[in-house]
Order: sequence, then C-alpha cells, then structure tokens
Amino acid sequence: MKIEASGISLTLGAKPILRDIDIALSAGEMVGLIGPNGAGKTTLLRVLTDLVTPDFGEVRYDGLTAKTLGRKELARRIAFLAQGGAVHWSMRAEALVGLGRLPHRQPFAGENEADRAAITRAMTAADATAFADRTVETLSGGERMRVLLARALAVEAPILLADEPLAALDPLHQLEVMELLHRTAAGGTGVAVILHDLTLAARFCDRLILLDRGKLIADGSPGTVLSDANLGAVFGITAARGSEAGAPYLLPWRRLTSDQSRHDSP
Amino acid sequence: MTLAVQDRAGATTPKLARLVVILAVLMLTMMLVSMAVGYAPLDIEAALSDALAGRKTLPALVLVELRLPRALLGALVGFSLGLAGAAMQGLLRNPLAEPGILGISSAAAFGAVVVFYSGLSATMALALPLGGMAGAALATLLLYAFLGRGAGTMTLILAGVAINSFAGAMTALALNLAPNPYAALEIVFWLMGSLADRSLLHVWLVLPPMLLGWLLLLSTAPALDALTLGEDTAKSLGFDLTWLRARLIGGAALAVGSAVAVTGAIGFVGLVVPHLLRPLVGNRPGRLLLVSGFGGAILTLAADTALRLAPIRPELKLGVVTALIGAPFLFHLIHRLRREV
Repeated sequence: MKIEASGISLTLGAKPILRDIDIALSAGEMVGLIGPNGAGKTTLLRVLTDLVTPDFGEVRYDGLTAKTLGRKELARRIAFLAQGGAVHWSMRAEALVGLGRLPHRQPFAGENEADRAAITRAMTAADATAFADRTVETLSGGERMRVLLARALAVEAPILLADEPLAALDPLHQLEVMELLHRTAAGGTGVAVILHDLTLAARFCDRLILLDRGKLIADGSPGTVLSDANLGAVFGITAARGSEAGAPYLLPWRRLTSDQSRHDSP
Repeated sequence: MTLAVQDRAGATTPKLARLVVILAVLMLTMMLVSMAVGYAPLDIEAALSDALAGRKTLPALVLVELRLPRALLGALVGFSLGLAGAAMQGLLRNPLAEPGILGISSAAAFGAVVVFYSGLSATMALALPLGGMAGAALATLLLYAFLGRGAGTMTLILAGVAINSFAGAMTALALNLAPNPYAALEIVFWLMGSLADRSLLHVWLVLPPMLLGWLLLLSTAPALDALTLGEDTAKSLGFDLTWLRARLIGGAALAVGSAVAVTGAIGFVGLVVPHLLRPLVGNRPGRLLLVSGFGGAILTLAADTALRLAPIRPELKLGVVTALIGAPFLFHLIHRLRREV
C-alpha cells in the first residue's frame, strides 16, 4: 500500500492552509510530520485520510482515487488516530477497541471470530489488555491513549495515520507509544505521525517531513531535515546536539532573536 | 488470556439478546395490563373469545374498538419516541437531546393545529393525523434543504431551534385567533397528548411510516457507535455523515412525526428512557436503539395505564403525566451531569 499526494493546495476562508504539497508514504516506513503550530500538519493528515478534499491536487492510494476505492475499502486501508482523543460515551475499553472493526462488518451483523482475534491482537500490541473491562473515564491519560491506539491498530490497515499521539503523555508513555509505532512500521505498516518532540522524531522516524505555513520545507532523513538552517528558519531555534550509545540526538536549546530568524519577516 | 477475551466478547451478544427479550416480554405484559384496565369492567377472556369468533358482543366491541387500539398505539408511539430519542442522543453525543430537538414534533403539532383551526378535523376522521404528518414532512424538507448545503450537526440543531420556535409561534397564533374559547380549548387539550378515543384506523395509518422510520433509525447503529470517537474518526471508519444525518432525520420524521400526529405531544419519554437504559448496554449508542424502543413503549403504556387507574376525572392527559414524571427526572439528570463536569 502506498499513498501519493501531489499538488495539494487548500484554502480555508482567505487563509491558505496547504500550498502545493507533494508527499508519499509507503508500507513499512515510519514518517514524522513536524512543523510549528499552524503549519498545516493536521490538515495534511486529514487530506491523506480523505476527511477533507483539497482545492487542488489529488491523493492516490495504490494509484487509485478515494472515489474509485470506495468509502468502506478506504476505511479498511487507512487507520486514522484523531488528535485530542475525545470519547463521548464511557464505554468499556474493549468495546471501544472493537470500533476499529466497524469497516470490516456486514450490515446488521455483530463481531465475528476474526474481529475478536484482531481486537485481542491490537490490545496486546498496545499493552492495553489489563484494562479491557474498565470504562474509559476510569483510565489515566496514558492508558486512554493506549486504548485509542489499540482502536486504530484493530483496523489492521496497511496505513496508520496518527495526529499527535504523544500529546499529554509522560516521558515513559511517550517512549512506549513511539516504540509501539516503530514496531507497527517494522511489521509492514506505513506509519505517518504528527510530532512536536523533535528529539523523539529524530530518533524513531525513518523519514521526516517538515512543514511551515502550509509549505513543504524539507522531506528526507532526520539528519538532513533537522539541519541548523531548517531549525532556525522554521522554528526560530538552535539545537544542542550530542550522541548516546552511538545514536545522535538533538535538543531544542535557544530561541533565535527576531533579526536572526526568518520567521517574523513577512 | 486469549480465551478469556473471547469468552467475554462472546458473552456480550447473548446478554444483549436477553435484555431485548426481557424488555419485549415486559412490553407485551404492559399491553395486556393496559387492555385489562378501563372505566368499565371487562372480562378479557370472554371478550377475546367473542372477538376471535367474530361475535359482535359488547365486550368484544369494547376490546377491539377501544382497548386494543389504545394499547397498540401506546406501544407504537412509545417505541417511536424511545428509539428516536436514543438516536438523537447518539447523533448529538449528548444525553439531553430528545426526539423533538430538530423541530419535527412541533411542526407535526402545528400541522394538526392547522387542521383543527380550519375545521377540516370535523369533516374527516383522519384529517388530524394527516395534517400532523404533513407538518412533519414540511420540517423534514426544510432540514434536508440545509443538509443538501452541507450542514453539520450544529447547523441542524440551530435549524431545529428555529423550526421549534416558529411552529410554536404559529400554534400560539392559531390559539390567539381561535374563533371561540371552545376551539382554543380543544386545541390546547389535543396538544397535551392522549391515547384516548383512537381507533384501529389510526393504528393502520401510522404503522407503515413508523415501521419504515424504525428501520431507518435502527440502521444507524454502527455509525452512532463510531461517532463516539468524534466525527473525523467516524468518517475514517467509512461512514458518510451526511447520509447518516439524512437517515436520522427521515427516520425521526416518519416515526415521531406520525406519533405526534396521532397522539399529540408526549414529552420526556424520548429523553428519559435512553438515559435510564444506557448503563444496561455499556453506554454503547448503537445497542441503546432497540432497547430504548421497547423501554419507551413500556413507559408510555405504564403512564397511560396509571392515568386511567388514578382517581382523577376528567382523565389526565398522557403528555401531562409523562412530563410530571419526566421533569423531576430532568432536574436529577442536570444535577448529576453538573457533578460529573
């Protein structure tokens, strides 16, 4: 499974959100979408999931458009994890994970053996089996995110798109979620994830896509995308760099003053 | 571990089936109780055997012409209100939503009032319910027009608020301009909602639209489950939200529109029943639908039986009784929601 988006442009009101973006996502790779607030990351992810239609450009799934594939088929191929993780009714965690099987269901039919097996696999992978019977409101932020991730995994789609799955998680759970996404990608799923933590993005992603004010600034390996020039121009920061056990890392270190940064110039 | 999970998942479906069977049996029992209770003593057994044998004795006539339509309509109307209430709460993801929230009930009531006002109701027995259904259809067309322009759920609620207040104002206008106090009083009494003095003709009139409405509403179960995770996630799970809203509006209009057209406004059933039953289905909006239908039928039949047993004459209006039960419950609900926030 491969997603290819070409020439994507989207304007909301008078504000251009995405400007002529080309990106691709293939099976088995883990891609991080990074950029400052308002760069268009969430909108791009929603375009890739066919939740919004761009004004220009098109998205193809294995060469086919969303229309040719059909709504149900697309839902079986792309799992989408929304930002914020709102759960409106306090269901049991296991029932919530079961919602990921809805694209596979026949009308008026219940869960079958295959569905139940997929739910068990997803909950095991996300380490959420322990609270299968608890209701969502009794879970902590980290447990809740694991259940929602298990929901997305239960679709067993070849592509997983996750919007800020690390928001509001403590360091331990951040690492857990990143490891889980990395394992998922290693298992052959194409994973695209929106991240704000540049350190984790650099460490766990095979490829990074840097957006700024709706434009694609860089697309490549973490080392090339997170260059000092890009960090200064897009985020207005400098980074401290080092290495741990042979792996390089970087930490956002200092904010650039306005004359050093391109950001405040029109 | 795997086994335990499978056992549990396998056990949920029979549990739901058991709940549905229990509620269905309760509903049938309430229908029998409703038929047994009345102002004149009636030997149900004798009446039933007469009616089945085709003997037009007095007990048989009372049973078939008075008691049976009342029990059947109580079940049909209650089922429609409970089911539509659960569906609206699922769509809006809000336990305070009720079947009339999109303005369909008040439009149906207004349609019936127009028939009253014009005097058409005196010329034809079914003019009143037909007028009510026309009102509901009008509101539905208006909502569909909004939907066709890509309206989201919030826009639909606002349109519902507008329809509600317009239909309410027009109803008040009809009362204001009523030719004489008796005409006004007649309208007011009808608006309070009642199952009294309806015939089998009414049952046959509402049965087809209600059944179709129920099917439409029940078909939304998986989409309502998916909506638990928000609109984006529901869409990503393959559900077309415009199509979902269209089915909910159409289903509610058919089921609730015909209910209001025949019985007048019966409030609170659609609000209270889904809320009472929600814990029994693990808060799953899809499973709540059918269960709330039966619950609504039981509550409506119970209220209608209670008002005939109560030593108050003239008979209390059904809408008054359900509101008397429902309003305190609403206070309780608001109080509890406030604590949860």
